[in-house]
Amino acid sequence: MTENRDSILDIWGPRTPYFGEWPERVDERTTEEPDHWVQSACVLCSNGCGCDIGVKDGRIVGVRGRAVDRVNHGRLGPKGLHGWEANNSPDRLTTPLIRRNGQLVPATWDEAMGLLVAKSKELIEQHTSSSIGFYTSGQLFIEDYYTLGVLGKAGLGTPHMDGNTRLCTATAGAALKISFGTDGQAGSYADLDTTEAVLLVGHNMASQQTVLWTRILDRLAGPNPPRLVVIDPRRTFTAEQATVHLAPRAGTNVAVLNGLLRLLIENGHVDYDFIENHTVGFEELVKTVGKWTPERVEALTGVPAGQLQAAAQILGTCRTLVSTVLQGVYQSMQGTAAAVQVNNINLLRGLIGSEGNAILQMNGQPTSQNTRECGADGDLPGFRNWDNPAHIYELARLWNVHPDKIPHWAPPTHAMQIWRYCETGSIKLLWIQATNPVVSMPELGRIRKILEQKGLLVVVQDAFLTETAQLADIVLPAALWGEKTGTFTNTDRTVHISHKAVEPPGQARADFDIFLDYARRMDFRDQDGAPLIKWDTPEEAFEAWKACSKGRPCDYSGLSYARLSAGSGIQWPCNEEHPNGAAHLYPDHQFNTHADYCESYGYDLVTGAETSPEAYRAHDPNGRARLLAADYEVPHEQPDADFPLWFTTGRVVYHFHTRTKTGRARALQQAAPEAFVQLAAEDAARYDIAEGDLVEVASRRGRATAPARIGGIEPGLVFMPFHYGAWGQAADAPARAANELTLTEWDPVSKQPHFKYAAVRIRKTNA
Amino acid sequence: MHLGNYLGLLESSEQQLTKAFEHVARKHRDEPDIEQMCRKLSAWSREHRGRVLPFVAKYSEEKSDEPKDLRRDLFSEKRRGSLALLRDLHDLWLLTQEVQLCWTVIRQATLALRDEDLKAACAYCQPRTQRQTEWLLGRIKQAAPQTLLVAE
Repeated sequence: MTENRDSILDIWGPRTPYFGEWPERVDERTTEEPDHWVQSACVLCSNGCGCDIGVKDGRIVGVRGRAVDRVNHGRLGPKGLHGWEANNSPDRLTTPLIRRNGQLVPATWDEAMGLLVAKSKELIEQHTSSSIGFYTSGQLFIEDYYTLGVLGKAGLGTPHMDGNTRLCTATAGAALKISFGTDGQAGSYADLDTTEAVLLVGHNMASQQTVLWTRILDRLAGPNPPRLVVIDPRRTFTAEQATVHLAPRAGTNVAVLNGLLRLLIENGHVDYDFIENHTVGFEELVKTVGKWTPERVEALTGVPAGQLQAAAQILGTCRTLVSTVLQGVYQSMQGTAAAVQVNNINLLRGLIGSEGNAILQMNGQPTSQNTRECGADGDLPGFRNWDNPAHIYELARLWNVHPDKIPHWAPPTHAMQIWRYCETGSIKLLWIQATNPVVSMPELGRIRKILEQKGLLVVVQDAFLTETAQLADIVLPAALWGEKTGTFTNTDRTVHISHKAVEPPGQARADFDIFLDYARRMDFRDQDGAPLIKWDTPEEAFEAWKACSKGRPCDYSGLSYARLSAGSGIQWPCNEEHPNGAAHLYPDHQFNTHADYCESYGYDLVTGAETSPEAYRAHDPNGRARLLAADYEVPHEQPDADFPLWFTTGRVVYHFHTRTKTGRARALQQAAPEAFVQLAAEDAARYDIAEGDLVEVASRRGRATAPARIGGIEPGLVFMPFHYGAWGQAADAPARAANELTLTEWDPVSKQPHFKYAAVRIRKTNA
Repeated sequence: MHLGNYLGLLESSEQQLTKAFEHVARKHRDEPDIEQMCRKLSAWSREHRGRVLPFVAKYSEEKSDEPKDLRRDLFSEKRRGSLALLRDLHDLWLLTQEVQLCWTVIRQATLALRDEDLKAACAYCQPRTQRQTEWLLGRIKQAAPQTLLVAE
């Protein structure tokens, strides 16, 4: 038994100050001495830390960081060190369940899959395959997603496949496509090792990616520390370390960013050679940001003009810059527009594609990058363009199906629309995998109603009987990480293999095997009558994915299970040109915007309308990055007399997603057992609320109740963490999920829902 | 000179489009993206009409009472169910075509007339009408297969 640091008390662990090469520090926590170690990587945030799983007598007994891994150099965060305990939880699902007479009762796999397949065939016969929808996850592996993508697109031929990645990472993908032509992060985590400045926008890295934050803390403690600009309405752990912290009012990111862009231009802190040779759209950008003087920004956003100028001075004079973006941008009003303005900061300065320079449009979940790459969400496999017939023909040839089998008459249906089709009854079978929308979707009252609707068959594939699974008609018990083999990719394009360490409990099966079983039972065939899915093992699926990715930006063709198992994480693209992966995309400032190669022809940032292929080709950027401007827009719901306060949601460091795993790890659960309502001291005084008082927060959509936590937030704003649902509550306790309150609306471009603003009122309930 | 006539036609068309977008926003408020976007695009048309009004006054010597209320023939109140959304977006698209063509005709005249202010109004409004059209077309393309093949 080893625990070489207490990650609950000291989240980030002891400092190893540095500049240049991040020193190793191996974090380990085991509850018994393992009899062997199995190579893996952590799946409890999007950082993707390399780790080994300790196994004793067929059970997981701990983890340790992999010192050789480029992502973490041995470190692990509190979620990684503790989260594995969920695998051993006594309430794992061990047998399929089918709803009979209103009750979920145990069934055999044959019964459950037989029912699913019979229902699928019946629906296709009566209503076409467009009556079947998939709501998948950011938690599965490449092999799962690719198999799912192929069976959905070339087997069923349904356009309705997306994931909860729509809630966490859709804007990252959209912003990258818009600026650079395709998805894919330009830089690497290693750029933090030397960079002179870091801009964190709506990204509480200290709580979200604790190990990446450790890298910054170690830089701050070493020689030549970087300057930090943090944009966040709350005084987070991240904001506490900032050189300059800008705390804008909810919904005003675009105004702040336009103010910064204007100052860069006015101060002459832009690289005119780079702009001239490698971008399009500069004139329009100058015009749009022109009116956002520091005074005007201050009046709208509450950010003092002097602070904005101080931030612009840092961003304008640093010689290298890492910019990072997360949910504070993605889930706010104008998410894509704001994320693109962050890209524009690096582009105006020409700071991209070289050491110390990166834009990290972060992912929320460990494998959401792969949902995007493999076509299990609203994208096509290999960052292909749904509106480019040549790309569809490539896939049709690869899968040996007729091109029209692959839905490409419109963009693949985004998750919010999939739920809407369920609500209006045209989707009649919804298959949910490894996610818990009854806690994580906006406006939960509506989501429960949809899932309870007669005429919608709900299939839930999960390891636990989550709030969502309890509403299912068929429950398929799934293996967890550590119980199956596969690969996945983190935010900075690092691909890891995670080997099976132990057997899943009872009859639980790997997601991959469930999808294969479905494809076989549905008897999906190619044009020559051979089985559509030609692989039986994860490794064969990976080989098939390599072929699909070859020649595209996310080129995996130089990787293999053997190579990934021999070392540790390797970045894509990995091919003949980059046999060991590439730390930077676009080193020559040639971007992926060529009309024949790009993943998207672009969008109108205001309406979300997609640019037509003809219009794009008429002004083909041909390898130049696009500087797309956006002006500020007023949020759709604002505080008023009835609902006088702003509301926003976010995370706590000890939990992930809806606590399905972290809530079953003893120390994590004890560290953060309960939701809370955070409010400013001024507001607490006005409502006569003391620390710990029960506070009910109400919006036009619902109510949530939790104890008060006072301070660390701007007056007029109320915050709740989104992790907590009904699971673990007493039956008669009032609802505490933040998403009871949130809005059903979404960004016009990325379709990511707006979790970061709503109008609410509060009252003390334990008077 | 018939410019005043056409400006009247444009002004009336933008007004009809303003009301039509508002109507669709209200009628389909269960479709969150439709409600929000139609409100926004309605505001665009309202603003366009405001830009046109001074020119209607300026060139008003010969104003026609055209067009007939196109909107009356569109947006049948009887439409219900999922087809209604598609048909209403379809009718909005038709109305934007009317507006678009008015702007094109007037812009041609404006170039010959050398009225710099009116030229500026055309340059501002016409691309936005185009953006209204593009959004409608994209949304119609998305809704069409599900509405025609799957929905009851």
